[in-house]
Amino acid sequence: MTGALLETFDVTRSFAVGAGIFSQKQMLKAVNGVSLRVNKGDVLGLVGESGCGKSTLALMLLGLLPASSGSILFDGKPVSHLPRLELARRIQPIFQDPYSSLNPRKSIGDIISLPLRVHGASTAAERQRKVDEIMELVGLPQRYITNYPSQLSGGQRQRVAIARALIMRPEIVICDEPTSALDVSVQSQILNLLMDLRQELGLTYILISHNLAIVEHIATRVSVMYLGRIVEEKETEALFRRAEHPYTQALLASVLTPEPGLGIPDAQLGVEFPNPMDPPAGCTFHPRCPHAAVVCSRKAPRPVPRGTAGFTECHIYDEAESVSFKSAAA
Amino acid sequence: MSALLEVKNLNVDIPLAAGILHPVQDLTFSVDKGQTLCIVGESGCGKSLTSLALMDLLPKKAVRTGTSILFDGEDLLKKSDRQMADLRGNRVGMIFQEPMTSLNPSFTIGNQMEEMMLRHRRVSRNEARERATYLLQKVGIVGAERRLKQYPHQLSGGLRQRVMIAMTLMCGPDLIIADEPTTALDVTIQAQILLLLAELQREFGMALILITHDLGIVARVADRLAVMYAGQIVEQGNVEDVFGEPLHPYTRGLLSCIPVPGKTERGAHLGSIPGIVPSMIGDIEGCHFRDRCPHAWMDCAKGGVDLRALDQLRAYRCLMSPSDSVARATELEMAE
Amino acid sequence: MAPSDKAIATDGAGVATARMPSIETVMQPNAATMLARRILGHRSFMVAAIIMAGLILTAIFAPLLAPHDPLDQVLIRRLIPPIWAEKGQWEHLLGTDMMGRDYLSRMIYGARVSLLIGFCAMMISGVLGTVMGVCAGYFGGRVDMVITFLLTTRLTLPVVMVSLALVAVVGGSLQTVIIILGCLLWDRFTVVMRSATMQVRSLDYVRAASAIGCSTRRIIFSEILPNILGSLLVIATFEIAHAVLLEAALSFLGLGVQPPTPSWGLMVSEGKDYMLFEPYLVMLPGLAIFTLVLAINLLGDGARDIFAPENRN
Repeated sequence: MTGALLETFDVTRSFAVGAGIFSQKQMLKAVNGVSLRVNKGDVLGLVGESGCGKSTLALMLLGLLPASSGSILFDGKPVSHLPRLELARRIQPIFQDPYSSLNPRKSIGDIISLPLRVHGASTAAERQRKVDEIMELVGLPQRYITNYPSQLSGGQRQRVAIARALIMRPEIVICDEPTSALDVSVQSQILNLLMDLRQELGLTYILISHNLAIVEHIATRVSVMYLGRIVEEKETEALFRRAEHPYTQALLASVLTPEPGLGIPDAQLGVEFPNPMDPPAGCTFHPRCPHAAVVCSRKAPRPVPRGTAGFTECHIYDEAESVSFKSAAA
Repeated sequence: MSALLEVKNLNVDIPLAAGILHPVQDLTFSVDKGQTLCIVGESGCGKSLTSLALMDLLPKKAVRTGTSILFDGEDLLKKSDRQMADLRGNRVGMIFQEPMTSLNPSFTIGNQMEEMMLRHRRVSRNEARERATYLLQKVGIVGAERRLKQYPHQLSGGLRQRVMIAMTLMCGPDLIIADEPTTALDVTIQAQILLLLAELQREFGMALILITHDLGIVARVADRLAVMYAGQIVEQGNVEDVFGEPLHPYTRGLLSCIPVPGKTERGAHLGSIPGIVPSMIGDIEGCHFRDRCPHAWMDCAKGGVDLRALDQLRAYRCLMSPSDSVARATELEMAE
Repeated sequence: MAPSDKAIATDGAGVATARMPSIETVMQPNAATMLARRILGHRSFMVAAIIMAGLILTAIFAPLLAPHDPLDQVLIRRLIPPIWAEKGQWEHLLGTDMMGRDYLSRMIYGARVSLLIGFCAMMISGVLGTVMGVCAGYFGGRVDMVITFLLTTRLTLPVVMVSLALVAVVGGSLQTVIIILGCLLWDRFTVVMRSATMQVRSLDYVRAASAIGCSTRRIIFSEILPNILGSLLVIATFEIAHAVLLEAALSFLGLGVQPPTPSWGLMVSEGKDYMLFEPYLVMLPGLAIFTLVLAINLLGDGARDIFAPENRN
C-alpha cells in the first residue's frame, strides 16, 4: 500500500506585495522550497503558526494556485498538467470556517450535489442516491436536504462541507484547520467523524492545524513549518517523543494541555516575530532561537536526515557544523 | 483572604422580537485579591456578556438585575454612570480578544497610554510618559521609547496585546477582566502573553478574571474556575478539584472532548456531547443541560435546578449527589 | 458497530431531535418565510411599494385611465383650474394647460415616460456596470486596472453637462435620452459590484467551488452573482430615481423629451411662465416627480435593510 500519492519538490510561491504604478514591487516568499511526500493512507499533519505558508501550500496542492517554481506530483504526474476535473475528483479541501465555506443562497442538497453536477456523470436519480448515501455517512439527517446553511449549527455545517468534499470519493482530503472555528464539544465530534471516514473510505489526509494536541491525536506524520519552510518532519510518535528543531521544541512547550498544576510554560522565544517580507539571513529562526550561534545568522541550514524517514533543518544536527554547538548539543 | 469582587444573583435580560433572552442567569461568584478566576464555556453560554455586565458595558437594550456586585465593599449596581466611568480603566482594567478594536488607530501608543492615566490621576504628562515607558519595558517590549511614538497598526498582534496589557496597568488596577485575550494569537505567543499576565499579576497583586473557551488555558492559569452553560454557572471550585473530579456531566463531557497527549490513546474516539445548546429565549423549565445529559431522568425536567454548594468554593448545579455523579460517570465509561 | 453507524450515533442533531422538541425553536424557519416576514414588517418599504405599484399600474393602463387624449388641444378650454379651485370643472379634474390639454391625462401619460426612461436607463447602465464591476472584482490584476481607469474617467465627466452637450448634438428624443443616461449612470454599479465581488470571491465557498472544478462562468453565475444580488437591487432602485431626476432636468431645459410628448419635466418647464397665476401647472408635475423619486428611494432603503443589511451606512 505504499507509494507516494502526492509529492512536492522544492516548491516555492512568491507574491508581489504593494505593487502599484508608483510603488516598488516587493516579493513575499510565502512558501520557500518545500519538499513533501504523502503516502497513501497517511495523515500528514502540517503544523505552523499564522503566516508560515501552510494555507498557501494547501492551495497549491489543490491546484488552485500555481507554484512559482518547483513541481507538485500527484500520483507521479505533475499537478499542473492534470485536467482540472480529474484533479478535482481526486483531491478535495475542507475549510476552517463552516460559516463561509457554504454558499448561503443554496440548499444543503444543492451544495452537496454540486460536484456531481459539475462532473456531469450521473442522472438525477443517481445523484439523489449518492447524496442520500453521503449524508448518512457523515451523519446528517435526510430532512436537512432542503434547508439552507443559515438554519444549521456550526457542526452540522462542517458535516455538509465534509459531505461535499467526499461525494466524488477523492483520494486525498486537505483539511485546513477543520475544527478550529468550532466549539470544543463539536470539535471532538468532527474529529471522530474524520477518523471514521478515513478508515471506511481509505482516505489520505493532509491535516493543517495549529493545534498540536489534535495533530498528535490523528496524524501519522508531522511536518513543522516556519516562515515558508519545513523545518522538521517525522513520524508523529518520534516527533512528539523527541522534537529536535528548537522551533518544534518551542511549539510543543507552548501547548497548554488541560492538566492543572503544570503552570504556564516558558518557550523562551523572543518577542519579535520576523517580518516575512524581509526574513532574517541564514536560518530564518535564529533571532528567536535560544541556541543560535554565529553560523546560524550566516548560513541557511540544510535538511539533516534523522531517524527513519525524517529530517530536521537545523545546524545543531549537522555534522559539518557541530563544532559551533558543543554546548547546545550537550 | 477577603473577596475583592463578590457577585450575587446577577441576571441579564435582553428583550427581542421573539421574546426575552436570558443570556446570564443567577450568577454568583467571587474573586479574592491577587487570585485568578477563569470563566469557561462554549460560544453563546453568556461568558462575555457577564464581563460586560460587571462593568456596566452592556448594549443599551439589555437589562441588568441582581442582588449585588460588591467591588471592594461597594455595590456596583448602585453606582452612577459617572462613577462607573471613573472605575473603568482605573481600578478595573479590561483586555479584549482583538486589541485592534480597543486601541484607537489614529493616536500613537504613547498618547493613548498617557491619556489613560491623565484621565484618572493628577499627574503631569511627563510622569505619565515615564510610567508608560516603564510599563512597556515591563511587558517585554524592547525599545519602549520608539514604540510609544508608533501607531497600533505598526505592531504585530502579539505586540498589540502586550501594549493593551501595559495600558490597563497604567493606573495600577486591582482587578483585570480579560475576555479571550489570546484567542487571536498563535500558540507560542499565547503562552508568552499568559505567562506575562501571570507574572504581572503576582508582582502587582492584582486579581484576574479570565474568560476563555480553552480548557488548557484554564488548567494552567486559574486558581478557581466557573463553568458556564446556557447562561448559568453549572460548576465552580478550585481548578485542581474540578479537573480532578468534575461533578457536573457537562464539565465531564467537555473534559473528555479534548485529547490530552500521553493520556488519550492516539487515534481513539474522543468523547463528545451530543445535541445543541437550548434556546435561551423565554424560560427553560428544569435543568438546562438535560437534553444533552447522558444521565437525565424525569426529575431533571421539573422546576429549576439550584447551585448546590459543597463547601465555600465548590458548587455544582445538578440533582445527582457527588458520589452518585462520580459513580454514574464510571459506569458510563465502563459501558463504552 | 460499523463506523458509519457510529458517526450517526455521535451526531448532535440526529440524536437530539429524537427526544428534544426544543431544537425547533433554535432553528430558523424557512428562508422564504423569513424574507416575507421581513418585507411585510418594513413599514416604509411597504408604503413605497404600494405607491410604486400604483404608479406602475397607472403607467401601464394609461390609455384606459386617462379621461382624454393627452395631446388633444382645445384652445377655448385653456387654463381651466383643477376642481378644488373656484372655477374648476368636473370634466377636467386637474384642469387644463395653456394649450387646453387635459392635465390629468398628461400627468398619467407622463408617468409612462418617467418610468420608462428610469427603468430602461437603469437596465442599460446596470448591465454595463455589473459586467464591468464583477469582471474587475473577480479577475483583478490588469482587468481591474483597466476598468478602474474607465471608472475614474467616467467620474470626471459631469453627467448633466455631458448629456446636455450630447443631446444638443444628436437631438432630443425618448430613445436618445435613455441611451445617453444608460451610458452615463453605470459608475455606481461598477463601484459597488466590484467591491462586493471581491468580498465574496475571497470566501471559502468560492474557493471550494473552484476546488470542485467549477468553470469560471459557473462560479460567477451560481456562486457570486446570487450573493451580490441584494446590493445590486439596492443600487438599481437608486439609479432609477437618479435617471428620473435627470430626465426631468433635461426635459426642463428643453433638451430631453420633445413636446408634445407629455413628460413631467417638460410640463414643469412649459408651466413655468404661468407659475405666478396658475401655480398648479408647476406644482402638480413637480409633486409627481417628488413622489416617484421618494417612493423609489424608500424602496431602495428598504431593500437594503431587507436584502443587504451589511451595506447599511
